[in-house]
Amino acid sequence: MTHTLTHTDPLLIDGVPLGSRLIMGTGGAPSLDGLGAALIASGTELTTVAMRRYSAPGPGSTGGTNLFDLLIENNIRVLPNTAGCFTAREAVMTAELGREALETDWVKLEVIADEHTLLPDGLELVDATEALVDRGFKVFAYTNDDPVLALRLEQLGAAAVMPLGAPIGTGLGILNPHNIELIVSRASVPVILDAGIGTASDAAVAMELGCDAVLLASAVTRAQDPVAMAQAFRHAVIGGRLAAQAGRIPKRSHALASSAMEGRPDL
Amino acid sequence: MSTIELNGATHPLASGSTLAGLVAEVTGRELLPSGKPADGGRLGVAVARNSGIVPRSLWSATALEVNDDIEIVTAVQGG
Repeated sequence: MTHTLTHTDPLLIDGVPLGSRLIMGTGGAPSLDGLGAALIASGTELTTVAMRRYSAPGPGSTGGTNLFDLLIENNIRVLPNTAGCFTAREAVMTAELGREALETDWVKLEVIADEHTLLPDGLELVDATEALVDRGFKVFAYTNDDPVLALRLEQLGAAAVMPLGAPIGTGLGILNPHNIELIVSRASVPVILDAGIGTASDAAVAMELGCDAVLLASAVTRAQDPVAMAQAFRHAVIGGRLAAQAGRIPKRSHALASSAMEGRPDL
Repeated sequence: MSTIELNGATHPLASGSTLAGLVAEVTGRELLPSGKPADGGRLGVAVARNSGIVPRSLWSATALEVNDDIEIVTAVQGG
């Protein structure tokens, strides 16, 4: 049989092919060295960073190596985020800083409502998406698992929509798989499951639901063995993608034997 | 003494200072007039002056003024 399924078909965003469908965040890692090892183990080709005040490299970062250098050295494309922004105005300003500093017009747009839930503020998100698209950004919109809002963001010109599985950092997995499936079924831009992933099976489920990629940080960086967990996610995303393409068996209420009943010996 | 606000802290301002000089001082890297590092690498920082972004190509032509509010930002770990 000829193999038509390829888990290696690249994810195309804004015309750029990404060989890995695992997008990594860098938050939560205790050291830059450990982070580098985990990123390499994950196989990721796109990684988020936050924009913050410059401070001179500390003792932990020998040779003046910083995060941006680490990503460049490993050929990992950088995706600046707008984490910590509560308004569209702040998010647009932060995106502009990211574009200027890192020389990319890609931005992970995050506009949160409050520090307790870290849930996206839909109204500010819509305003910011419109403003950023207008300024030439390729917007990766981090959004609620709301199929209506996700479609609106796409219509406003988002390059990718990124519904959450669960609130940031909770590791609760995908709380509303039906909504994720609905978002996928109606989207014509890539859908990236972002936030809430706890362990490898969550990422596999996201891919089985039809997501084009998975974005996670804490699940790896805060795992007891981040390198091993990064490898687990690398395989889970590939496995989930293949399963989604392979066509699963229908669910049944009653058992269906896989061994023939005919021809049994008389025992 | 003349000062500016740099990343939320008071910073002395020498006369004739430019934004390029300040960025070079803070990052410890020599800059070309284009704002790019002389070492050929990538600097990875952006500058906002009084809440407006100043592109790196304008750093050397931007004189610092008393009480300027300067933010120099870079990429750090984040989801």
